[in-house]
Amino acid sequence: MTEKTVLNATHRALGARMVDFGGWDMPINYGSQIEEHHAVRRDAGMFDVSHMTVVDLHGARTRDFLRHLLANSVDKLKVHGKALYSCMLDEQGGVIDDLIVYFFDDSHYRLVVNAATRAKDLAWIAKQAAAFDVEMKERPDFAMIAVQGPNARGKVLGLLHAEDRPRIEKLGKFAAAAAQGPHGMPLFVARTGYTGEDGFEILVPEENAVALWEALAAAGVKPAGLGARDTLRLEAGMNLYGQDMDETVSPWEANLGWTIALDEGRDFIGRAALEKQKVDGVKRVMVGLVLDEKGVLRHGQKVLTANGEGEILSGSFAPTLEKAVAFARIPAGEPGDIRVDIRGREVPVRRVKYPFVRDGKPCEGI
Amino acid sequence: MSEIPGDLKFLKSHEWARVEDDGLVRVGISDHAQAQLGDLVYVELPEVGASVQAGNGAAVLESVKAASDIYSPVSGEVVEVNEMLGDKPETINEDAYGEGWIFAVRVSDRAELDELLDADAYAELIENEDH
Repeated sequence: MTEKTVLNATHRALGARMVDFGGWDMPINYGSQIEEHHAVRRDAGMFDVSHMTVVDLHGARTRDFLRHLLANSVDKLKVHGKALYSCMLDEQGGVIDDLIVYFFDDSHYRLVVNAATRAKDLAWIAKQAAAFDVEMKERPDFAMIAVQGPNARGKVLGLLHAEDRPRIEKLGKFAAAAAQGPHGMPLFVARTGYTGEDGFEILVPEENAVALWEALAAAGVKPAGLGARDTLRLEAGMNLYGQDMDETVSPWEANLGWTIALDEGRDFIGRAALEKQKVDGVKRVMVGLVLDEKGVLRHGQKVLTANGEGEILSGSFAPTLEKAVAFARIPAGEPGDIRVDIRGREVPVRRVKYPFVRDGKPCEGI
Repeated sequence: MSEIPGDLKFLKSHEWARVEDDGLVRVGISDHAQAQLGDLVYVELPEVGASVQAGNGAAVLESVKAASDIYSPVSGEVVEVNEMLGDKPETINEDAYGEGWIFAVRVSDRAELDELLDADAYAELIENEDH
């Protein structure tokens, strides 16, 4: 039985093409995925991301618990509403999931984890939380709408209660705050996203989600499906759990070293394994690839290098660049001329530093 | 969903065939198929002069979402390909039954055309697929 978000009927009324995504019946596009992609890069688009799992953590030792659970350090969170991106690792340093954690106070934090990994994440968190006497409370009463694009913040601000506007306008990146939306509905507005554009991700009570969606549409925000969300995040150089990393991969091998905080004296799960890998060196690295010829790089294609074979992780046609780009995991060391096997044809590709696109424009050298 | 032209014959895998006045068979994909594939970004055309077999792969369409083999509805020799698709693969999205044709075949066995679905049978097929 597939699950439905509270916006399901709204998507269908808009003529969305629906697909199963991690057990959820979700819109992949509302017509043209490429037009939706451009709407986000050039103006403002919105995504129903209510399938994502929101979990509140309560208890006097919640901060200690998260210092143990997460590979990034919640000690960086000092201001109410501040957010942090982190991996949650197993003892071997494999990635169980990536998530965002929001700080309210030392005894109250909020996690947003992936939909497809919900069951295993909740089981893992509950198991680890027991020793810290932390209460885990899932929040299925929230829907979530991501509003993204250069004009996204302006359009959202216009819908907020006048008193809240200046405060939300000043909200820094990776920070969140409560605000009143249309008809006084209570919103939790976070300046986060998964597209490489500025914008907000908004938690809204389920019963208000359709009204918020309609108010955003009336303000000129274009509905965008999970298809556009995928090409946007790939261009922006952001990993997708399950495709770019999972339990068999350490953060070092997924270009997530920047999220690992090896701060003094913090005993987080997977730390010993990560430190050993750091000393020994990793055998595989994740790189960005660009295909200048015609064709499309796709998940699972074989990558040929001087040091042996690798594989394409996330790969797609990139609408902003009008050519294909990909992440690949290849053997460590100087790879020489890299080629990708596309249906039996060896096609040369270029290794590049990513993100591929930033602030709506191709990055240098892409 | 646009109307299915009555002069077309179909494979179950959503390719159409149209017999032209000069006897050539023009091949494309249905409007239903283009909608399923989503925005097309690349078309791998067969070569003019290549021989194709009914039911075998003759071209590849790549959408943002996936790569799909296009099977030839008839056997014969490819005599024309739609070069415009090289620059404008989205033509298939915009006009699947017209400007978005993919290749044309000089057929070797006209009896193969009788094996294909007519427009009504194809309409029924996709109707059932949607439910």
